[in-house]
Amino acid sequence: MNKMEKALYELTEMDDLAARSSPIHGLCPMAKLLSTIAYIAVVVSFHKYELSALVPMLLWPVLLFQLSGIPVRTCFYKLRIVLPLVMAVGLFNPFFDRAPMLALGGVAVSGGVVSMLTLMLKGVLCLMASFLLMATTPIDHLCAALRRLHVPGMLVTLLLLTYRYVGVMTEELAVMTEAYHLRAPGQKGIHVSAWGSFLGQLLLRSMDRAEELYNSMQLRGYHEHFHYADIKPCTPRDAVYTLCCIALFLLLRLVDAASLLGGLFVR
Amino acid sequence: MIELKNVSFSYEKDRPVIRDLSFRIAEGESVGLIGANGAGKSTVMKLILGLCSGEGQVLIDGEQLSKANLYRLRGKLGFVLQNSDNQMFMPTVYEDMIFGPLNYGVTREETDRRVDAVLDRLGLQELKHRHNHRISGGEKRMAAIATILAMEPQAILMDEPSSALDPYNRRLVINVIRELPQTRLITSHDLDMILDTCSRVILLDGGRIAADGPAEEILRDRALLEAHRMELPLSLSR
Ligand SMILES: Nc1ncnc2c1ncn2[C@@H]1O[C@H](COP(=O)(O)OP(=O)(O)O)[C@@H](O)[C@H]1O
Ligand SMILES: [Mg+2]
Repeated sequence: MNKMEKALYELTEMDDLAARSSPIHGLCPMAKLLSTIAYIAVVVSFHKYELSALVPMLLWPVLLFQLSGIPVRTCFYKLRIVLPLVMAVGLFNPFFDRAPMLALGGVAVSGGVVSMLTLMLKGVLCLMASFLLMATTPIDHLCAALRRLHVPGMLVTLLLLTYRYVGVMTEELAVMTEAYHLRAPGQKGIHVSAWGSFLGQLLLRSMDRAEELYNSMQLRGYHEHFHYADIKPCTPRDAVYTLCCIALFLLLRLVDAASLLGGLFVR
Repeated sequence: MIELKNVSFSYEKDRPVIRDLSFRIAEGESVGLIGANGAGKSTVMKLILGLCSGEGQVLIDGEQLSKANLYRLRGKLGFVLQNSDNQMFMPTVYEDMIFGPLNYGVTREETDRRVDAVLDRLGLQELKHRHNHRISGGEKRMAAIATILAMEPQAILMDEPSSALDPYNRRLVINVIRELPQTRLITSHDLDMILDTCSRVILLDGGRIAADGPAEEILRDRALLEAHRMELPLSLSR
């Protein structure tokens, strides 16, 4: 497998993860979507110095990993490219905000460091939550749920098609890199001189295929809106799940569990 | 069922691909459209499906294809693309099969009934919930045919249905095509397959009809075929 084929394989692997079965996979997509949105909203709402209060929010993703049987390793492996980018966001905070906030074993820790760590943790938590949603819900079920929430059909179709087209483009890229390497043995990557024509070809080929794909959709009566997969109707169980999740998030938000626990030990 | 009247078409100016083409295919007929590479076979398909339009008239069931009735008339036609990868864009075979019928307003129950009937008939039940990117080329072609059959079209158009298939899968596809009750238009340069599946053959060259007649007759005519850059079917060359 060359690099591109690997990338393609990973993409399809998400579909496979989503097709597994577990108590979490069995929930209706709407419940998962709503609880994830609530989770992200609560995580984002934490103040930039509330690092210790934020830590207990890890509880939810950890629970989900356990219940869904999705390996934590897979999550971090898949996110290995975006994760550093998200983490980099807070990197400059320590330089701007130097006022000491607390002392750890005699070393003063500045507000900047705390806010940097908080931001990083927020990023990681949000990514984990989104990953878990994607890994436990097939993309079309997710789209169907988005439609039910009255997200404009245009946007949802765009999301779905982008997801499909990324696959198409990666496939073309795989074929092309293979053809290139067969004729340029021993070369690492693709030589700069070929980048222009390579990219041009890739675009043309992907466009051709995208057009065929679109034609094929139109020939089967596609116009304007997609008939999304029939998603499972929400049961009381799903409602209970969503409410419990939201209650948990609010509890963790309003009650500083970490300092409570810490307090227990100190006293 | 399908009729072309003096159709001409060109992709680029001054390079006509289809020139003054006229033919008519009756209900239930199975017609092979043959010709060398670049003869314009795929373009004829696109014209019939309204994916491109030129001069002249294309009639489906006596109605001229136009923007207004495109959606309705296309519901009568099922098109199996040459490249099944471009046809199967949903995650699983099942989801691809329900796509067409649902778009045409068929109810969910009826759609599910059709899907199972088609899969049973083609012996593909096993593929139903498989992922499209994890099935072999031959299985994918069969699944692509199944998605079209689930739409229950009156006519089926297939562009090179046997290309890139191994002999076993090619045989499977041929057997399926032979048993279809619908009107069929099949392009191919696999003349053995055309011989097995079609009763009539239209030979295209340079966007014009070079011959039109019973399959047995045209496919046996060595001089005619060679004049248009083709060879006798293997089964008839001995
Ligand atoms: N999208 C296109 N743009 C320009 N020319 C095209 C296009 N598609 C096909 N052609 C040209 O039209 C002619 C007929 O093509 P096609 O119908 O695909 O032939 P066939 O299917 O018989 O091999 C060829 O000469 C081809 O180069
Ligand atoms: Mg062709």
